Amino acid sequence: MSQRIVVGPFNRVEGDLEVTLDFADGRVSAAYVNSPMFRGFEQILIGKHPLDALYFVPRICGICSVAQSAAASTALAQAAGLTPCENGRISAALTLAIENIADHVSHFFLFFMPDFARTDYAGRAWYEDAHARFKAIDGSARRDALPARARLLESMGLLAGRWPHTGALQPGGSTRPIDVSERLRVYGVLRQFRTFLESSLFGDALEVVAALDSVDALQTWADAAPRGDFGRFIRIANDLDLWRLGRATDRYLSYGAYALPEGVLYPAGVWHGAAQALRLEAITEDHSHAWMSGDSKHPRDGVTVPQPDKPGAYSWCKAPRLDREVVEVGALARQVVAGHGLARDMIKREGGSVAARVVARLLEIARTLPEMERWAMRLQPDQPFCSEYVVPRDGDGVGLVEAARGALGHWVSVRRGLISRYQIIAPTTWNFSPRDADGVPGALEQALAGVAAGDRRAPVAIQHIVRSFDPCMVCTVH
Amino acid sequence: MKLLWLQSGGCGGCTLSLLCHDSPDLFGQLADAGIEIVWHPSLSEASADEVLELLGAYERGEQALDLLCVEGSMLRGPHGSGGYHRMAGSGRPLTDIVRNLAQRAKYVVAVGSCAAYGGITAAGSNLTDACGLQYDERQRGGLLDAGFISRGGMPVINIAGCPTHPGWVVDTLMSLAMGQLGPQDLDGVGRPRLYADRLVHHGCTRNEFYEFKASAVQPSHQGCLMEHMGCKGTRAHADCNTRLWNGQGSCLRGGFPCIACTEPGFEEPGHPLSQTPKIAGIPIGLPADMPKAWFVALGALSKSATPRRVRENAVSFRVEVPPEDHKSGLK
Repeated sequence: MSQRIVVGPFNRVEGDLEVTLDFADGRVSAAYVNSPMFRGFEQILIGKHPLDALYFVPRICGICSVAQSAAASTALAQAAGLTPCENGRISAALTLAIENIADHVSHFFLFFMPDFARTDYAGRAWYEDAHARFKAIDGSARRDALPARARLLESMGLLAGRWPHTGALQPGGSTRPIDVSERLRVYGVLRQFRTFLESSLFGDALEVVAALDSVDALQTWADAAPRGDFGRFIRIANDLDLWRLGRATDRYLSYGAYALPEGVLYPAGVWHGAAQALRLEAITEDHSHAWMSGDSKHPRDGVTVPQPDKPGAYSWCKAPRLDREVVEVGALARQVVAGHGLARDMIKREGGSVAARVVARLLEIARTLPEMERWAMRLQPDQPFCSEYVVPRDGDGVGLVEAARGALGHWVSVRRGLISRYQIIAPTTWNFSPRDADGVPGALEQALAGVAAGDRRAPVAIQHIVRSFDPCMVCTVH
Repeated sequence: MKLLWLQSGGCGGCTLSLLCHDSPDLFGQLADAGIEIVWHPSLSEASADEVLELLGAYERGEQALDLLCVEGSMLRGPHGSGGYHRMAGSGRPLTDIVRNLAQRAKYVVAVGSCAAYGGITAAGSNLTDACGLQYDERQRGGLLDAGFISRGGMPVINIAGCPTHPGWVVDTLMSLAMGQLGPQDLDGVGRPRLYADRLVHHGCTRNEFYEFKASAVQPSHQGCLMEHMGCKGTRAHADCNTRLWNGQGSCLRGGFPCIACTEPGFEEPGHPLSQTPKIAGIPIGLPADMPKAWFVALGALSKSATPRRVRENAVSFRVEVPPEDHKSGLK
């Protein structure tokens, strides 16, 4: 016998989210993901001065605002044929990395872990500890993680004026030169954040965590000592078998992260059992189940015209596809594509899962912060921070970056000195897309299929799966 | 006081900014002031049906609501249906839910310029028919009537800003909880005067460049951003350079112009945001309360008297000319 329920509002997902679940034979037989809010940034930007995009796009999203800035400034630079100066590139990479690391910490402590403090888990061996530590708003972790996050973001006060919604990132680099003293202060903030990570989150040196190269190595490490909040999560994940919950397509996309003068830290690419080249030409956005008129197009030619009464549609979100395939994006995708042993081993064993996504995020913190410390000291106070930018009369550009939650792309066209087209595909647009014209469900829709119905109207496992993607709903539709 | 927080046509950035509050324990500080967060979309455990039940109880008046905080614009479109944001799980327009709750709440707080006036979401052709709670840009009357007064005797309290500074939100909520915010403490567009009686210009580190009209001409230059780069700090109401952001920052300290994000209609000023509109070489927007003749005369005079150090440093990313040494000591 089949039964349909509508679940929402989801909270702790940055924005609003609704999921419709069909149950048959005690399991989810089909899921339909609805992004229920539309604002229309792509239309707002048409006709504006190209540099106005630098003030509008950060405001798409309060949690990935720097990623939006970085994508726009990269796209505008490309449209003008400009390569930013070295300081500008290092500063932009560092600013984006700080946001991404802060977002990973926010996700873990504020959005994801509080679900294990639910009374559903009372009686589990780890419950009392998890409740005291991670309970929403009241848990003790807030007194460690929130001030540590706020202190980390003080580096934004120096590098970018403020966070969120900086205007510092420019096609030519950064508006914010850093002097000798400020460079030391940024470095000091990063080192101070390392202390929080090593004492609270990992209970070990970042370099040790970054060197865990397989699931066995991770488990051995976690068994050997308490290992802070990461250790807490591993014990919960093992007990609830989160390693086999929430598998999606196992096809991963990364645009490559942190464009430094010598190249990217984490390379771009596609992984589907083996490495594949990323062909940008193969990206399309399908409108078949979105409240949008028009049909499938490459974002270079894309349009965004709402059609609220469209038959068969169930979301404001378009359905991006790569070679007509569904892909998953995020920290797991980034680390799999980058070839990290632990990330590759996790998906080889059980595919993408709730546990794999969370572990990849924490692994990435441990891998990235030591690099950021080095980048800070590479800023050269006596060299320029911003190259001169001349608005092109006509030009087209693409800005591809990695937000905390995955691949973010901006496609901009400038005609007669004004923006004539602006299309955005955000990370959660990929992960939480509706079905496409072939009827193929998006990544979350696939991840939810097969979940066992429990005593609740909606099983608590749904909460873990949804949040394991670190969704950002305000970016999804924009 | 029971605080309920809802989000609609915005980016959630005011909440994320709030979490940067300079305090060892933000939630503890609010709790200490007697504020209980009954639900917040980014922070609370309750999800789905648990939330719908809670909202229903407040809408029907079964539970007393003290503080309703709304973040994000009110999306009235398409065609007045509110359909651009229906609350997940309920299919109901957020505009309906907010309208009902506003009648129940003792105080209604618009957090951010979107909820206050419409903000960024209302830019361009305003496709979604976005407006604020009690304002539609400068005009009174948004989702709620122009004359709306909440149960506690206050119009909507507009903590304008894009995003809001965490201190503005915390100070406003604590003032309300302590019974120390009345209608007289709001300015002409509903903003708490505790931050809106200042100008962004106050405390700007580019002050010496401003005095001599020594201006930046490119991003990353150290000079004043007003003459060429679009900065509205001399007119925008906010204390951004005395109550700093993320430790030591502000837009101007970050090297980019103030776009007056605390002002109604800031998103559509009628010129590119990073360029200063001028007539005959004189910026159209003069500093607040300054007579034009004075500004023109002082500008011409100070430009002619600009020291070499200030003139050269204004158009460089670094200190090209340090201040002179006083060989005989400072008197």
